[in-house]
Amino acid sequence: MDSIDRTIIRATQAGLPLTPEPYQTLAQQIGISADELMQRLTHMQTTGIIRRIGAVPNHYKLGYRHNGMTVWDVADAQMDNLGTQVGLLDFVSHCYHRPRHLPEWPYNLFAMIHSKTAAEAEQHIADIAALLGTHCRAHDVLYSTRILKKTGLRISQ
Amino acid sequence: MDDIDRNIINTLQAGFPICPSPYQQVAETLNISEQELLVRLQTLLETGVLSRFGPLFHAEHMGGALTLAAVQAPEQDFDKMAAIINAFPEVAHNYARKHKLNMWFVLATETPAQIEQTLHKIEQQTGLHVYNMPKIHEYFVGLKLEA
Repeated sequence: MDSIDRTIIRATQAGLPLTPEPYQTLAQQIGISADELMQRLTHMQTTGIIRRIGAVPNHYKLGYRHNGMTVWDVADAQMDNLGTQVGLLDFVSHCYHRPRHLPEWPYNLFAMIHSKTAAEAEQHIADIAALLGTHCRAHDVLYSTRILKKTGLRISQ
Repeated sequence: MDDIDRNIINTLQAGFPICPSPYQQVAETLNISEQELLVRLQTLLETGVLSRFGPLFHAEHMGGALTLAAVQAPEQDFDKMAAIINAFPEVAHNYARKHKLNMWFVLATETPAQIEQTLHKIEQQTGLHVYNMPKIHEYFVGLKLEA
């Protein structure tokens, strides 16, 4: 990643221009050709610096009001196998292995779920519990009650 | 929001092409005009149905670092603690959650060392113990909320 890539990242943090040729518009702002910009974006996507180009919806505005961080105490030996399976469930948006903090925090598998109704959320939690079966010793669900802060990724020079 | 809007949201969550006229290309698959797509997209952004449209970056692949951390803020000091934590530019998101650990925030920094430094400063300024929960492994990240 060089200084032009960083300029591209800064220039697109607010989003892509809503013009018929958005990459041309952006390239002009940055002072490179549209071809170079598209090549660089493609390269950043291939190398994973860009996960994808796309839209991020606001959960609440789409009616997803039951957004829970489900957390599970999963046997270490089964973690990667089960974590991969939980991540494939279509109602899970993020799934991570994270460290426990014993004794207060025994949970090591985190899966974010999004539901329109409380009943649907309960069903999703039951589905994950069934998948983990006896490899899970305990679980909890932390529903968000308020967004205290939400900003995009920041990058300086 | 109508069926065309829902179609746009579902389609654009999956990705967006890199080519000279990408809106035109997407509009064709949606059976609408490029102009209609641009106008509707603008409205979806202005009304906050979409919080963002553009490249989604992977902090670690840019050399940066992320972590998830939590504190147990006393109820009577909750807002004060949130203000202290939110004042750090490294804090990207912060959520109140129903649990003994009632405040959960994401730090995004340009280097891994800055994570430790920032957490240390947060502990000093809040007087709270910070539970640091950096990811050990990522199994899945993606949004797929059907509109």
